[in-house]
Amino acid sequence: MQVSLRVNGEERRHDVEPRLLLVHYLRDVCGLTGTNIGCDTSSCGACTVLVDGESVKSCTMLAVQADGREVTTIEGLADGERLHPVQEAFREHHGLQCGYCTPGMVMAAVSLLNEHPHPTEAEVREGLEGNLCRCTGYHNIVKAVLAAAEAGASQPVGAAR
Amino acid sequence: MSILGNWVPRVEDPRLLTEGGRYVDDLRLEGAVHAHFVRAPLAHGEIRGIDVEEARRAPGVVAVLTAEDLGLGPLPVMGPPPMARPPLATGRVRFAGEPVAVVVAETRAQAVDAAELVGVDLEPLPALVDPERALAGEVLLFPEAGTNVCGEVAPGPDDEAELFAGCDVVVRQRIVNQRLAPCPLEVRGAAAAVGEDGRLTLWMTTQHPHGDRDAVAAALGLEPSALRVVAPDVGGGFGSKIATYPEQIVVAALARRLGRPVRWTETRSESMLNLGHGRAQIQQVAIGGTRDGRVLALSLEVLQDAGAYPALGAFLPNLTRMMATGVYDVPKVRFRATSVVTTTTPVVAYRGAGRPEAAAAIERAMDLFAAEIGMDPAEVRRRNFVAPDRFPYTTRVGTTYDSGDYPGALTRLLDALDYPALRAEQARRRAEGSTRQLGIGLSTYVEVTGAVPGAELGAVEVRSDGTAVVRAGTFSHGQGHATAFAMLVADRLGIPLERIEFRQGDTDEVPRGMGTYGSRSLQSGGVAVVQAAEAVLAEARRLAAERLEANPEDIVADQQGRGLHVAGAPARTVGWDEVVAAAGGRLVQEVDFAPPGPTFPFGAHAAVVEVDVETGAVRVVRMVAVDDAGTLLNPLLAAGQVHGGLAQGVAQALLEEFVYDDDGNPLTANLADYPMVSATELPSFERIVMETPTPLNELGAKGIGESGTIGSTPAVQNAVCDALAHLGVRHLDMPTRPERVWRALQDARVGAGQAG
Ligand code: FES
Ligand code: FES
Repeated sequence: MQVSLRVNGEERRHDVEPRLLLVHYLRDVCGLTGTNIGCDTSSCGACTVLVDGESVKSCTMLAVQADGREVTTIEGLADGERLHPVQEAFREHHGLQCGYCTPGMVMAAVSLLNEHPHPTEAEVREGLEGNLCRCTGYHNIVKAVLAAAEAGASQPVGAAR
Repeated sequence: MSILGNWVPRVEDPRLLTEGGRYVDDLRLEGAVHAHFVRAPLAHGEIRGIDVEEARRAPGVVAVLTAEDLGLGPLPVMGPPPMARPPLATGRVRFAGEPVAVVVAETRAQAVDAAELVGVDLEPLPALVDPERALAGEVLLFPEAGTNVCGEVAPGPDDEAELFAGCDVVVRQRIVNQRLAPCPLEVRGAAAAVGEDGRLTLWMTTQHPHGDRDAVAAALGLEPSALRVVAPDVGGGFGSKIATYPEQIVVAALARRLGRPVRWTETRSESMLNLGHGRAQIQQVAIGGTRDGRVLALSLEVLQDAGAYPALGAFLPNLTRMMATGVYDVPKVRFRATSVVTTTTPVVAYRGAGRPEAAAAIERAMDLFAAEIGMDPAEVRRRNFVAPDRFPYTTRVGTTYDSGDYPGALTRLLDALDYPALRAEQARRRAEGSTRQLGIGLSTYVEVTGAVPGAELGAVEVRSDGTAVVRAGTFSHGQGHATAFAMLVADRLGIPLERIEFRQGDTDEVPRGMGTYGSRSLQSGGVAVVQAAEAVLAEARRLAAERLEANPEDIVADQQGRGLHVAGAPARTVGWDEVVAAAGGRLVQEVDFAPPGPTFPFGAHAAVVEVDVETGAVRVVRMVAVDDAGTLLNPLLAAGQVHGGLAQGVAQALLEEFVYDDDGNPLTANLADYPMVSATELPSFERIVMETPTPLNELGAKGIGESGTIGSTPAVQNAVCDALAHLGVRHLDMPTRPERVWRALQDARVGAGQAG
């Protein structure tokens, strides 16, 4: 089946198997390996990307379902050399260790802040419940997201650029 | 001013945050085929036959191979030789999920589909899940061994007979330290290819690339030098990736046999059954002392479930023994342990590896003892601490602690908690009969880091363009060594962080190494790096002194990284290019540093929990941690390590358990069923840092990777028990999930009713 979509602002057109998951499309067809896979039960959120600006676990979506839409992955988040405020906050506050959950976590946080520009700590924790991290104990991730909110991170990503 | 001791953001982060890491599954090898393993569908069975014919004819299939086809040597065994594990099951399967055959196909999907077509004819044998039953030996996993016992620690040092003589009270408790799945977010993987020179390269998830090189070479019958192991970015390990796994050996063998690059990544469901598990001890603890709070004797008997093949799990009781008495001065001790095999996933190291089990036993025992004599648990601890002036201190089991200030840690903790106010609040809720009871749990811990002796490699090279390269035999997989080790070099040589490259994980690039586990890296590899940097500096000063016609003692490294000059006279600086040229074109020093002994970080943790006595639900309200890991190199990294450890401790105490049914079928074999801790189940942590340097290395540094888990687990468990103590609940095993808490309350009510 034909899909045509924008990934990180770039037009992509491919002939794909109907059963191909979006995460495999991104990793294996587009070569964007920043998006990771951490489970087979849609539990971990390592595969989270933005589709039309909203976070989606890309292992729960078929590539063909992304037809005509705008997908943003971790590779497309920074503005050239300038980190997105969420990326900047993760670095500043040590919100990552092994980095495996990080692309998904950052995308989930970006989406969370778009919806709730000024979340409470509890709202951040609720909002990230579907994204697992084994390294950080979430402490610095939560801190980073709150700091990013403070810095005004809720700027539209993807479609707007 | 020195960079050491400062909060320095990590140099590895920009890459991880903008493109993501480069993990094994991200490698793209030209022309690679994909391996997928056929796995045992049941816990225990005799292999009657394996029918691979149909699978061999399936689309895209390149090969289907069994143990017999591959003829690989066994993995190193931590037990009797007949219990050694073959890379693919041979004769029998001994746990659900054990690899039996491998399918190789052009695509991953084809390999997965074809694996369905492999017929494994198994004659079921009785499963053996319960380690206490394993002791009886009615069902044997290895009949040729004649026993299920795979390891023992002989009883001692004190005799059982006189152990509790002179004690007013003796309290006994059976404690289950449940089986856990380590769950690094990245699962296991490997890729292998034979180069044009005929040499094999194996990329793999690991914490220990050099050990893997030797283990894989041995299994393949190769010289270690014939193999290059490369660990790219690795997404966490927590001890579970120390082991060389059978599938990784098979992937290496396949690349040689098929002459094509081979890739393999497991699924999470496969990982839950094949990445080693952790903990899995049953403990019988007895503690005795006087009514005025002095502990006189401790007995700890450990039954260790090693899983189906004795790996590091079989050895864990030795570490439990080392730390059995914790922070207390206990005059008489008796420890013994037995490790047994069961038809379950092999047990390996998991964050703390034997020490959280020790801390859990002694810290629960202290609380039980305190309850028995009616004394506050903080006071009982205080009366039994090893005093700060007694270091180095050798415990009754023979472990020598380097340095510590245990009362200091507890005092800081109680102050941070406002302990009296919390106890008052608890009393108020008890008097009111509130639905949400408050529990306050304390844990004062000490642990051992860098317990495996040996030398670690650190090498520092300065190049003529003024950049430096650090090579380390340790292996960072999230810990931030690229930043930490660069800080050491920057401090000694004045070269800024952004001009320091970090290399690790490639056995060709780094000739030797012991890897990263047991919180060893900074105190071994870090010290090696700093000594190598000092050796480079010494050579550079000598060479610069000749050029400046000065005394080497008067020469210092320029703090802008430009080279060297006479102290106070930076106008005449000898550039690194000149120094390197004078050194004959290469300025490099290697140091193998063997620490004189392990170090013993310590601290005091507290959990404040609310338990809903109607539903049994537990919520952690506060988690306060005082930790002392000696002098901190980068407090940012130390904080991260502690946070992660605290979360895993709370997770064990409240939530996580790997469960099998009686037939050995796993009931928690994916992340939907295994309750891995998420952000909503944790509070933000409160930390207090102490720094008591160790005299054992020049950085004063102890390990910090595991303390968080070791201290927090019993603190949370004690808090839950404390919340329910006035309702007649004396002890609760972990995890204190709502069902268990609720049932304990029901039982206590029934018990109280009967007594009344
Ligand atoms: S890979 Fe785990 S949720 Fe998608
Ligand atoms: S940083 Fe390792 S899983 Fe989150």
